[in-house]
Amino acid sequence: MEFVTRPHARNLVRFAEDKLRVVVLSADLTASCEADDFRDTYADRFFSMGMAEQNMVSFAGGLAREGLLPHIHTFAVFICRRAFDQLAMSVAYPNLPVRFCGFLPGITTPGGVTHQATDDLALMRSLPNMTVLECGDATDVESVLDVAHAVSGPVYIRCLRGQVPRLFPVADPMRLGHARVLRHGAGVQGGGADIALLTSGICTEEGIRAAVALRKRGVTVEHLHVSTIKPLVDARIDEALCSAARGVIVLENHSIIGGLGSAVAERMAELGCGRKLVRLGLKDVYAHGASKGYLMRKYGLDSLAAVQAAEELLRDRLHISNEELAALDLAPAGPSVKAEDL
Amino acid sequence: MSTADFGKVAGRSARSTGPAGSGGPDCPTGRSPSGTSGALPDWLAEVGRVALGIRRRVLDHTLRNNGGYLSQACSSADALATLYVRLMKLGQSIAPPVPLPFPGVPGLDNPAYVTGFGYNGPHEPGLDRFFFSPVHYALVLYSTLIEVGRMAPDGLAQFNRDGSSVELIGAEHSPGHEVTAGSLAQCLSQASGVAMARKLKGEPGHNWVFMSDGEFQEGQTFEAIAAMAWHKIDNVTVLVDANAQQCDGAMSKVMAIDPIVDRVRAFGGAAVEVDGHDPQAIVAAASAPVPGKPLVIVLKTDPCRGIPLLAARGEKLHYVRFKSAQEEETFRLFLDRMAGG
Repeated sequence: MEFVTRPHARNLVRFAEDKLRVVVLSADLTASCEADDFRDTYADRFFSMGMAEQNMVSFAGGLAREGLLPHIHTFAVFICRRAFDQLAMSVAYPNLPVRFCGFLPGITTPGGVTHQATDDLALMRSLPNMTVLECGDATDVESVLDVAHAVSGPVYIRCLRGQVPRLFPVADPMRLGHARVLRHGAGVQGGGADIALLTSGICTEEGIRAAVALRKRGVTVEHLHVSTIKPLVDARIDEALCSAARGVIVLENHSIIGGLGSAVAERMAELGCGRKLVRLGLKDVYAHGASKGYLMRKYGLDSLAAVQAAEELLRDRLHISNEELAALDLAPAGPSVKAEDL
Repeated sequence: MSTADFGKVAGRSARSTGPAGSGGPDCPTGRSPSGTSGALPDWLAEVGRVALGIRRRVLDHTLRNNGGYLSQACSSADALATLYVRLMKLGQSIAPPVPLPFPGVPGLDNPAYVTGFGYNGPHEPGLDRFFFSPVHYALVLYSTLIEVGRMAPDGLAQFNRDGSSVELIGAEHSPGHEVTAGSLAQCLSQASGVAMARKLKGEPGHNWVFMSDGEFQEGQTFEAIAAMAWHKIDNVTVLVDANAQQCDGAMSKVMAIDPIVDRVRAFGGAAVEVDGHDPQAIVAAASAPVPGKPLVIVLKTDPCRGIPLLAARGEKLHYVRFKSAQEEETFRLFLDRMAGG
């Protein structure tokens, strides 16, 4: 698998080149959020706002009222927790086109509980007018700004930084309200799979691993990568939820309360699917500072957790080991990621 | 707007030190000054008339409803009158004299939505903008709009009625409002964003923000001042009604934050303190901007000014509700004298 280095940094410069209304605001995390290339290329459209998220968010609302397109860059956790009221009243209520580029979603940082945005989707989904997007690979990162650009109101984006794997073809960019149906191995899936597996963000790579292993055991899996978390209106998703013979699994890098798992539960209830649902994510707990791999295993956000959820739905033992899943080498020899760099 | 203009940061707009006088095309008062003494300039007499009218309307309304933000009218009437009559360069109101019902919230399914900015005239590059932060003073602002001929007196009949846009605590759809500021201290940040964008577009119009002193307990206010100083957002003037009152009572007992002027200066802003009941002092302060810095004019005000009966209530001034028929009658008699005199 290919790894792409700092895709957002490059994409932001490309995206903004012919859009002179695009301005970038940063709260002292400019290089950390890959806005440094933009700053160096379009200095007159870059605003250093200091460590002051509340003012930054309301200020962005003012800029947007005058026709600018502010792209706020900081860690997801600081956007959502430190400035929630400002986000709601200065931006979301007036439906202003401010884009919130939130980095370090969930447990993708060893920075610990203060830096881990594990409730951001719950907060952002609850705001009227807000569109919520999440990137799962480099192709998503390279197309998410264009997706947001077509939205007239505010958009919250869970961004990825650094060495980002490419899971999806460059020619197949993210589309608003359009889940990616992932095909694994031989055979055509679709309606009537044993299990529907919905994943988002970094968990999609884990989901692919689990789906491949399950197929080897004869279990059919309808796997969808969801990048538009809100609004969750997609006929592909509805069909997958209601046609999965044994049930639905959601795997996400977020609390099981308020994120994709909750959105799917709400949707299934509304549709009257009558299927079992297993929500995998942080089970109403805070995480702590450690490596991504360690945290994904510890909190059950990985492929093994998805396999175990499938076993639960199938009431069967599939004898898939962590070693087997790891051997499905989807991400070989990528450059080492220095996750400690804040 | 031309996108090509972005990136071109205009220098601070040169503001006239002699703002538009009353009766000019930018100050549609709709009335002629009354009670002028020979020595008073016309605009000063007009400020006096408007300020008296504000206090009278708010007292009248408080009596009718047995409740209202009355002390805020007393403390801020002179400053708001000075802003509308003398300081702000606004166009004629483009909003309906009697406000339309609540237009629904902003959103994709409400494309016809507009804010209440139209009462302050159109948005034009050369015109000023007004941002009202302590929106629990909404009744005072509505009364001001009536006194300066921007809203019909009948508009106040909609105040705090279900389905009305003339809300108790104003939001951006309320007359004279253009941002949603009820969660206090967000207005200055929003206004500074507008002001920055206007600088980028090279618009010469100035931006006026009206605040209350309690908002200087919020950290966001000082984040905003620091950012405005850093980005040299000097096309903003902030008038602060320092009436030393807040919801729990006197600020000296809740959490004293004096001296506001020193605090603002420490964060990089320009600040000056004047008597908030002296229109000439307010105009003089506003006419001495400091290049590269936002100007904060701290108005020392009296929450009982013009209605001294209020002083008998001690520190229960934030929201006035009469405690007895006798107290109400005392205020009613006072209103009759105000109306007559």
